[in-house]
Amino acid sequence: MSTQIPKQTEESTETDAKTEPASKGDERRAEKRRRAAERREQRQEEAAEKAADDESTVELKVFRYDPQIEGKQEPRFDTFHVPFTKGMTVLDALMYARDTYDSSLTFRHSCRQAVCGSDAMFVNGGQKLACKTQIAELDEPVRVEPLPHAEGRKDLVVDMEHFYDQMEAVEPYFQTNEFPDGELEEQRQDRENREKIKMSTRCIWCGACMSSCNIAAGDNEYLGPAAINKAYRFAMDDREGEEIKQKRLEIIEQEHGVWRCQTQFSCTEVCPKDIPLTEHIQELKREAVKNNLKFW
Amino acid sequence: MYEHDVVVVGAGGAGLRAAIAAQEAGADVAMVSKLHPVRSHTGAAEGGINAALRDADSWEDHAYDTMKGSDYLGDAPAVEALCRESPEEVIRLEHWGMPFSREDDGRVSQRPFGGLSFPRTTYAGAETGHQMLHTMYEQVVKRGITVYDEWHVMDLAVTDEDDPAERTCHGVVGYDIQSGEVSGFRANNGVILATGGMGQVFDHTTNAVANTGDGVAMAYRAGVPMEDMEFIQFHPTTLPSTGVLISEGVRGEGGILYNEDGERFLFERGYANNDGELASRDVVSRAELTEVNEGRGIEDEYVHLDMRHLGEERILDRLENILHLAEDFEGADGLTEPMPVKPGQHYAMGGIETNEHGETAIGGLYAAGECACASVHGANRLGGNALPELIVFGKRAGRHAAGEELGEAKIETGRSGDWQPADYEFGIEVGETGRPDTAAADGGAVAADAESVVGAAADRAQERVEELLSRDGRNHAEIRSKVQETMTANVNVFREEGRLEKTLADLRETREAYKDIAVSDPSRTFNTDLIHTIETRNILDVAEALTMGALAREEFRGAHWRKEHQERRGCARAWHLAPRPLP
Repeated sequence: MSTQIPKQTEESTETDAKTEPASKGDERRAEKRRRAAERREQRQEEAAEKAADDESTVELKVFRYDPQIEGKQEPRFDTFHVPFTKGMTVLDALMYARDTYDSSLTFRHSCRQAVCGSDAMFVNGGQKLACKTQIAELDEPVRVEPLPHAEGRKDLVVDMEHFYDQMEAVEPYFQTNEFPDGELEEQRQDRENREKIKMSTRCIWCGACMSSCNIAAGDNEYLGPAAINKAYRFAMDDREGEEIKQKRLEIIEQEHGVWRCQTQFSCTEVCPKDIPLTEHIQELKREAVKNNLKFW
Repeated sequence: MYEHDVVVVGAGGAGLRAAIAAQEAGADVAMVSKLHPVRSHTGAAEGGINAALRDADSWEDHAYDTMKGSDYLGDAPAVEALCRESPEEVIRLEHWGMPFSREDDGRVSQRPFGGLSFPRTTYAGAETGHQMLHTMYEQVVKRGITVYDEWHVMDLAVTDEDDPAERTCHGVVGYDIQSGEVSGFRANNGVILATGGMGQVFDHTTNAVANTGDGVAMAYRAGVPMEDMEFIQFHPTTLPSTGVLISEGVRGEGGILYNEDGERFLFERGYANNDGELASRDVVSRAELTEVNEGRGIEDEYVHLDMRHLGEERILDRLENILHLAEDFEGADGLTEPMPVKPGQHYAMGGIETNEHGETAIGGLYAAGECACASVHGANRLGGNALPELIVFGKRAGRHAAGEELGEAKIETGRSGDWQPADYEFGIEVGETGRPDTAAADGGAVAADAESVVGAAADRAQERVEELLSRDGRNHAEIRSKVQETMTANVNVFREEGRLEKTLADLRETREAYKDIAVSDPSRTFNTDLIHTIETRNILDVAEALTMGALAREEFRGAHWRKEHQERRGCARAWHLAPRPLP
């Protein structure tokens, strides 16, 4: 922080030269800003000291990394002491640490209710959604890291592009050749079939499953549990019809498709939406076998 | 600089539908969103989509219910568009594969909802928004529509004529969250704002952290009137520590609200002798807060929602997801203890003034979805009417922006029609939002071509980023929480003149403090400190417009309660709040 102050003074001198009449005001403003920054630092230190003394605090060890910032290029862990409140989640604790101690602490989050899928992280050695993981249920210190087997971008943020590519590789959109005649007429789907695909449609694209999967870690082209589950969601939807189902099975049967899965169940264990991913993959394997037998 | 025919800002329900419609109409369309589309808050919608699908129902009945629910402030042409077009839009979603809940005969299920004269709410379990969002994103993937995800739109590129009605929007300026690049996005045909809600103006909300009213604030600074900003829906059962929504279904199944003394206060204290827990959202929210304010709240903050008496079997059968929510987000076990709940900000009825085609008062600028106000919801929104609004008005805005003829709009925007200056005197100077960061060249050189307008806007945005990154000063978190605290304390469910005026004064102070704001993270990659700093200004602008509306509307209507003005004005005309002309 202290290295920034001279830099800032230099710049404001430049600005002053250009807009001469406002220079007094600018100086005052710059002074005010400097004071505000000092006050903030002081407050942060006080809050940290107080929190460290207090017994009802949680100790977080958070992975830090920023390829652009000197001193953060080497990954490290920072420790934060956060006052515990009933119902506090890992996300709440991270937000508190960021807003109180270090505004550069970076993680994705949005809905806070396990539906946007932004905040999958590696918490005490397991893939979790930070927003639905209660601090009270964790051993201390709580260790928070970015998702393993994904490229780290900064702090807890990982590159999701590969995950999105795999999701989009399975033609993840509804297809059918059998629309009803009437313009305002829906396709019929019986309750049983809707129930069959229900769990598979709950995926929030958080990437926890992909991160937990050993096969995906070793084979970058493996579609992975989430993408296969997406294929399952359509392949099992009766509304698409037999012809499209054939095509779907061909997609998931590819070299890096369902047959790579070794049924280790790690994806199923970490899925925050309780989707039976491994079962879905197994079922697609069976469908594929049945399908091939038909043709031989 | 990037260039497309139509640029859609935001990629939730309205944005996705707008992009698909514009592309179908032949436009080269791009979506620019600070979140990846599937992260959008449309995904959190639970209830359903109202649509008059069946022979026994009619769009006219849906329109009647909607108008009544709006306390007669909805604009008829917009309400008509919503109710007429919702059925075909719902069927389209079904044809795109959306997994709706089904009847025995395989048709789409519909259920009764509050304020509806027919069970016309289509749904997909208790996750209708999630299914709708993903179904539409699948269509975007299928069509290969360009998505600039994790690009934060900082401001609009609008010409700077004195009269906002003469201005034209030529594009937007985006900031790439991953690389730190600032770039103009030129829109040859139009910009569609679909940025969603503004819940972060309050400190307790069901909205996402990303719902900072960006589109509303950007349009406001560019000179577009804000309409009915004071109408905010507060939901009576949200979890105290996070604002996570506990569905009305709990009370529907027989859940009971208790105060600290164990009284079933809705009956015992006479708030709703007939309907009890099932009274309308605004009635229950006011009752809960009265209990807390009069010292009968638990920990002076919340009340208890008890469903234990329903029995484990019934709870697991019908309310299983509620058990998960209470456990995951509040650490409460709904089977063995009552769940703490309190009212939380839920939905903004008002927003960017548009007509029924999504056009704003500024040429080339459109808005759709929660950020817009057409208006279909007037003073209060019916459950199940938010999602159809996204698809109906998203589609209309997309088509119109792509150049399709939709006929002349019946709703007037800007200062045309029966616009008149408000006669309300605010106690202090308000509404000085300053020029848009990105207004075109200085000195009033008006006839700037589109490219230089966007270029100049991008330059100013770049300067602003550099300035914020290079100086020292206050942190956004402190300023943001001040706004949220004063808004929740004073512009919440109960609104009194003195406290509203105090809020304007607080906001003015906060605006002063914002002038000294700085970003302490110097990084160019994923600098969320910077993004939150930019958002905080939007929160300030929206909070001020909202408070001004709350002061100036001297009546008790729909979701807007005023202590000094308990009567409802007979005149049913919606009026609009226009920002002050730029200096």
